[in-house]
Amino acid sequence: MVDRLAMSPTATLAVGARTPTADIYAPQWRNFIFVAPFLFFFTTLLLFPLLWGMWLSFHKADTFSSGNFVGFGNYVRLYHDKVFLQSIWNTFYFVLLTVPTLALIGLFLALCLNRRTRTAAVLRTLFFSSSVLSVTIVTLIWRIVFIPNVGLLSTIYGWFGATAPAFISDPNLAMVGIAIATIWWCIGLPMMLFLSALQQIPQDIYEAAALDNANRWQTLRSITLPSIKRTFILVIIIQIVLQFQLFGQAWLMTRGGPNNLTKPIVLYIYDTAFRRWDLGLGAAASEILFILILIAAMAQYLVTRSRGDQA
Amino acid sequence: MSAPAASIKGRAFGDHLLLALVLLLSIVMIAPVLWVIGLSLKDNAELMADPNSVFHAPYTLKNYINTVGTSSVFIWVRNSIIVSGGLTLGTLILSSLAGYGFARLNFPGRDVLFVIVLFGLAVPEQAVLVARHQIFSMLKFHNTFQGLILPGLSAPFGVFLMTQYFKAIPKELDEAAMLDNASRLRIFWKVLLPLTLPAQATLGIFTFLGAWNDYFWPLISATRKDMFTLTVGMASTQTNFAQSEGIGFLMAQAVFAGAPILIVYLFFQKYIVTAVSGAAVR
Repeated sequence: MVDRLAMSPTATLAVGARTPTADIYAPQWRNFIFVAPFLFFFTTLLLFPLLWGMWLSFHKADTFSSGNFVGFGNYVRLYHDKVFLQSIWNTFYFVLLTVPTLALIGLFLALCLNRRTRTAAVLRTLFFSSSVLSVTIVTLIWRIVFIPNVGLLSTIYGWFGATAPAFISDPNLAMVGIAIATIWWCIGLPMMLFLSALQQIPQDIYEAAALDNANRWQTLRSITLPSIKRTFILVIIIQIVLQFQLFGQAWLMTRGGPNNLTKPIVLYIYDTAFRRWDLGLGAAASEILFILILIAAMAQYLVTRSRGDQA
Repeated sequence: MSAPAASIKGRAFGDHLLLALVLLLSIVMIAPVLWVIGLSLKDNAELMADPNSVFHAPYTLKNYINTVGTSSVFIWVRNSIIVSGGLTLGTLILSSLAGYGFARLNFPGRDVLFVIVLFGLAVPEQAVLVARHQIFSMLKFHNTFQGLILPGLSAPFGVFLMTQYFKAIPKELDEAAMLDNASRLRIFWKVLLPLTLPAQATLGIFTFLGAWNDYFWPLISATRKDMFTLTVGMASTQTNFAQSEGIGFLMAQAVFAGAPILIVYLFFQKYIVTAVSGAAVR
């Protein structure tokens, strides 16, 4: 077996004149069988619905019929719909609250926990553990933290004779409450991405810096941070794409209220398409969301691509 | 001599500050969970009278007994197992076959098709939900297991992952067998598939976890209580905290649903972290 493996490049060269390798890698229709099962589901349940959704967004449709062609009517309705415009603003506000915080806390944790001690390993496990929970459990936990009377927060404030801020019912704080629960839920991924970036920095650079008597702050600023700049951008983009799709936390914690102030785009889509059954309008709103996410995904593609070029 | 001593002292102070910050963050991570566990062990009436009663006895398992005895939680767990298990199995089969096809074999239009599949990675679920829901209404797939499982099979991530993995296996391994005219399926099954087990584990755990925690599609597709998955079912009971069962009951349900997945996480941590990070970076 070993001989044969070692021989095979030479063997290939020797028989190269008859080009059998060219034969086995020549395009053949029967090879298509391997990708056909996946492509069937991919086409029918992803590509086709994607196009069907675009088509629907130009129609006044309900559950069973595709209805009448209305041109850009649905988009015009969205443009004049105060709730939709509010939901776009809410989504951006939520992204602004969560993404920078996630990136900075994630980076901080990664810098602190990038060691080979047992404590660091336990803490890494702890900070990632919330990521495996479902949105239902996370929101249940945080509602019980924020709820008046028996809530953890109000109990702690009670010890000091103070009243806890109403993170769910106060219009100014509701989105902050959702953001806190989300940060708690999602902090594991940025931390892990930063950790794997930190571990790829060659150790000899640090040894050289130590010989030069560089202090910790100098090492951090001139070696560590520049080396993970690309990861930082990547984490920001990944989190933008993820947090743009906010739905479960808002739906389960506040139902979008008070006054639609915590209603994100996806919740608007859910409300429009699956509770008021205005599928055309819902489809149009999801196309807007699709375009916004596509822009972020393109940015991610460009960042990963340029890293590939450097390597 | 004094300068290094000062810097070591400064370093120690900085270390303590960082340690304090990390500890504070750990408390923020743990405290809510401990609070939930505490509430789940208390009688509802006592809790309502004084939330501080969490910190002292008597504790009771009554809420857990009610969870197991009266709620539909077992049906939902069963549904979640069927959906997540079915989706994981299907994804592993489809992705391995397609990954081998894209990485090792050639057929007309292969590269164009692969680019289209890659494009699928950028399509968010919400962009296809409305149309998918309408199609499934016409096929009468809602409130069935195929309705809950099938959409997940169209996700391209597994194909992408397996293609990368097959490409990383040295070509010499199967080239000899190909020159010997062994059938492609045989090479795939006997030579290459055993080598992809680590990737299968990663993809399998990632798919299972994603399906287990999925909320949006089950919410709109499974509208009948006996077809709820665990996430949807639990969400349906927690809409109103003031209901008769009480907060302790809801908390017991949360612990009941969350504990198994956390235990699985502790065992398969390495694979889960690899899978989730890998899926994010692509």
